Amino acid sequence: MNWGSFEAFVAMGGYGLYVWGSYLVTAAGLAIEIALLVARRRRTLRMLARLHGAERP
Amino acid sequence: MPSPASPTDAPQRSRFSWTYFASPATFYPLAGAMIPWFAAAAALLCAAGLYVGFFVAPTDATQGESYRIIFIHVGAAWMSMFLYVVMAFWAVIGLAWNTRLAAMMASAIAPTGALFTFLALWTGALWGKPTWGTWWVWDARLTSELILLFLYIGFMALQAAIDDPRRADRAGAVLAIVGVINVPVIYFSVQWWNTLHQGASVSVSRAPSMAATMFLGMILFALGFWMYSIAAALARARSIMLERERRTDWVVSEVRKAT
Repeated sequence: MNWGSFEAFVAMGGYGLYVWGSYLVTAAGLAIEIALLVARRRRTLRMLARLHGAERP
Repeated sequence: MPSPASPTDAPQRSRFSWTYFASPATFYPLAGAMIPWFAAAAALLCAAGLYVGFFVAPTDATQGESYRIIFIHVGAAWMSMFLYVVMAFWAVIGLAWNTRLAAMMASAIAPTGALFTFLALWTGALWGKPTWGTWWVWDARLTSELILLFLYIGFMALQAAIDDPRRADRAGAVLAIVGVINVPVIYFSVQWWNTLHQGASVSVSRAPSMAATMFLGMILFALGFWMYSIAAALARARSIMLERERRTDWVVSEVRKAT
């Protein structure tokens, strides 16, 4: 599928809003979930370090 | 692959008894070793899906370029249904055998399932606007998918509302099992009610009524989202295990290893 130009690719045959609206929200959703997972792991490890660090330095 | 927890942590079971990895202590390192592979597979498959979807698949005769939303719409919709069934499966195991890890897996899957349900509804609405002329209609398929989203949110809210994790597991399991009937309703809604949403172009019984490259793009994304879901659910399950077993020795050794 040859798009001819970057502008044509972005325009997506006039459906750019819908196609990119779908793909960007999907990418954002996945990125946000990954960020939340990483943040949760860090928070949990900090909690555990505090919990166990305090008991057995 | 790092060796699972030392045998002194896990009860004396040979590694090849099928319940060896059924305890958080032994499953935690295994899941940790698997996540990078699933994450890499997800990234590769989604990248391939993007390439095939935008640079190989041709323009559609009637819909022009708007049909390219299908690649992620169908992938997300399949995942929303599949993940609910997997969640209900773990809920049944957790309820029947009262196993902590099965219940943790059910709780770990729910957010990812809810995300894909929302994405299926979102991409569907953005595809519906140019092709049907409307963002939303109370169509059988759309309405049952929306109910699926409420079931996921209900599951998470119910579990969050109960302090004791074991009781929260049981309550959530009952809701997950009751709600699983909705998944076949979604799948067959297009035939039973035959409202606006089109019927299945892909089914197990006959060849897909789609162009090969379009079908390939869709399958690549479906597999990519599947690999992603496994990686995300395993990562969340590991956090849940650490949080709920924070006073056990294996968690202490894991924290010392991790920090």
